[in-house]
Amino acid sequence: MKLPSRRILAVISVVALVASACSSSATSAPSTGAASVAPSTAAGVTPIEVVSWWTTGGEASGFNAIIAKFNTDNPTLQVTNSAIAGGAGSNAQAALQNRVLNGNPPDSFQVHMGHELLDTYVTPGYMDNLDDLYAANGWTTQFPQGVLDIVSAKDSSGTVHYYSVPLDIHRANVLWYNKTVFTANSLTPPTTWDQFFTDADALKAKGITPLAVGDNGIWATGMILESILISTLGADGYIGLWNGKTSWTDSKVTDGLNIYKKVLGYVNSDHATLTWDQAADYLIPASAGAQPKAAMTLMGDWAAGEFDNKGFTDYGWMAAPGTDKIYDTLADSFGLPTKAVNKAGVKLFLTLLGSAAGQDIFNPYKGSIPANTTAGNPPASAKQYSTYQKWAMGEWKADAIVPSLEHGAAAAPSWKGAWETAVTSFVANPDVPTLQAALAQACKDASVCK
Amino acid sequence: MRIRRDRALSLLVIAPSVLAVAIFVYGLIIWTGYISTVKWATLRPDYSPVGLANYMSIFANNRFLMDIRNTVVFTIFFIGASLIIGLLLANLIDRKIRHESIFRSIIVFPMAVSFIVTGVVWKWILSPGLPAVGPTAADPHGVNQLFGLDPATFKWLTDPQVLQLAPDSPAGKVLHDIGLGFVTSPNIGIPVALLSIVLAAVWQMSGFVMILYLAGLRAIPEEIKEAARVDGASEWRVFRHVVFPLLTPITLSAMIILGHISLKIYDLTVAMSGSGPGFATDTPALFMWQTAFRDGEFGRGAAVAIVMLVIIAVVVVPYLVWNRRQGVEA
Repeated sequence: MKLPSRRILAVISVVALVASACSSSATSAPSTGAASVAPSTAAGVTPIEVVSWWTTGGEASGFNAIIAKFNTDNPTLQVTNSAIAGGAGSNAQAALQNRVLNGNPPDSFQVHMGHELLDTYVTPGYMDNLDDLYAANGWTTQFPQGVLDIVSAKDSSGTVHYYSVPLDIHRANVLWYNKTVFTANSLTPPTTWDQFFTDADALKAKGITPLAVGDNGIWATGMILESILISTLGADGYIGLWNGKTSWTDSKVTDGLNIYKKVLGYVNSDHATLTWDQAADYLIPASAGAQPKAAMTLMGDWAAGEFDNKGFTDYGWMAAPGTDKIYDTLADSFGLPTKAVNKAGVKLFLTLLGSAAGQDIFNPYKGSIPANTTAGNPPASAKQYSTYQKWAMGEWKADAIVPSLEHGAAAAPSWKGAWETAVTSFVANPDVPTLQAALAQACKDASVCK
Repeated sequence: MRIRRDRALSLLVIAPSVLAVAIFVYGLIIWTGYISTVKWATLRPDYSPVGLANYMSIFANNRFLMDIRNTVVFTIFFIGASLIIGLLLANLIDRKIRHESIFRSIIVFPMAVSFIVTGVVWKWILSPGLPAVGPTAADPHGVNQLFGLDPATFKWLTDPQVLQLAPDSPAGKVLHDIGLGFVTSPNIGIPVALLSIVLAAVWQMSGFVMILYLAGLRAIPEEIKEAARVDGASEWRVFRHVVFPLLTPITLSAMIILGHISLKIYDLTVAMSGSGPGFATDTPALFMWQTAFRDGEFGRGAAVAIVMLVIIAVVVVPYLVWNRRQGVEA
């Protein structure tokens, strides 16, 4: 248990001081252009490196299909998918940030459209705009205005620039339910929160958990609150929360928070230890005819894929209560880093990603719908859209589009962090005025509210 | 002359590791300290100095205050329980029982398991099952099923409750009157869910403490104990006044080793419950990671890291000083 002698300690501390002085002066000068040499291959094929977090399942199949098409159509280019595994890209984002920061970004990478891209990469000046691609391909008319608003940012002179190409569209505000439970108990799936509470009381009396939630990763409860705020504020009022036009102290926000508090009384008590898919599985009966653990879950439309994979067909869906005709949107998109090596090649690839043909290859696999409104008719030989996807595409063309907070579209990551802190603290201390004050403060801290 | 050559050789041999430690540990600590005083809050480094603003912002953050609470509670319960159980086991094993090595191996074995594995297994064991929302749906599993416990009462990891002094209780009112009202805030209390994590951590580490104590017990000469017995001391008094004081260095070492594990705990809580209900099982390490690498606020993340370093230093440095003084005396 003896430590080294005093002398060695002294040597260590002197060396430590000297070395740290060297290292800090060296690192404070940001290195630039270290890796801007294009890698060459023997066959005269130029590689394009694309980073995504799609490593398994339908999403990986879909992305590989679209890459295969690109590589066949462009024999001199070779797109490679450097996938980094990890749910919702949490690992991918950390690894990616390191590369961008070191001036060695991939040629293109997957990122949630909206503020996750804008605040993390665009504002600090790491991305080129894609205005020419949008103009050349007619995307400004093919993508809905709601999407154009989310993928664009104004520069200091007020000109609008587009920064990423959304490949898919997911909807966050969908209520999934077990059809048999509702018919067996003569209940109607709720279209308003009042009706939700009536149904929930009836279900609870039957010993069924009304709403299954798995918020091990926090965001699932945040998404419920998001849907509730959309229902009390409407599309414009909700969008206003994120650009400072709607006050966070508004009485409709208070109404929403009170509904949220009440909803939390109808969820499974083990929600904090479950992931979203484990919670969704609560809708699936253990055996045919048995009573499932829960009747409903409020989850993004990737839940359809979870049910289909488990062979569960007895599920119905509708917009979350009070949010009919509003599409709470999130999307995976791809952009063009300023330090990308082969910009011309990347632009060709992005053109395919945004086109109707490209989106119809990818989305049937992923379970999402195309952002491009001219898409939706994949060739008969290709994989087709599911019933849910066809329904969602119809809604997409008619609905008001609002950005999802929990999936990076509505606000900067730091604002989202502050929101999640407030929402999670609410679980321990369910006091509505405290939560509302914390949410209002988060808006101020993000320099959006005054 | 020969001594000098030995010394030169030993310096040469340790130089690479000294240099590596200097750069990658101490150099980066200093760098982190510097980052904690600059504005850097997006991906683009921003070195404009902001003084202590990052520190003020994290100490104004309710989540961070709860993290500090969790760290203190976890450390006290984890070290306390591990030491008591470890000492008890060591004394039981030290009874010269047959097949001692088998028992020893079984008890120490959990230490060989990674915290992630421990976390996943205990998460399953403690999964409470659905609460009885109606008369028919009681569906416990894990430990609740085994012991027939009611999942509505035994929520384990999913319990958002924080045991605390209520502001309107008599004691709370007295404290408030004498200006100590802050003691009744939810940031001072014992989060119930955290105790489940303590349970898993104690299961993993108490065997290790047992080994330390066993080594200590075996190092105590039989003559000393014999002398006490001859003087008429009971077995308990022999243990209390002879054996236990001689184990003090072991206790201190074990406390330091367990202490730095608990202050840095990350993998176990992430595997078991993440931030937990109402941040009941959140830790400063998780907060630091999310602040820096998810929210991109590197300045604030660095400030959290420095606060963690200071807390650990408060525990470890006195030990190092004490340890060195012992070495000088010996």
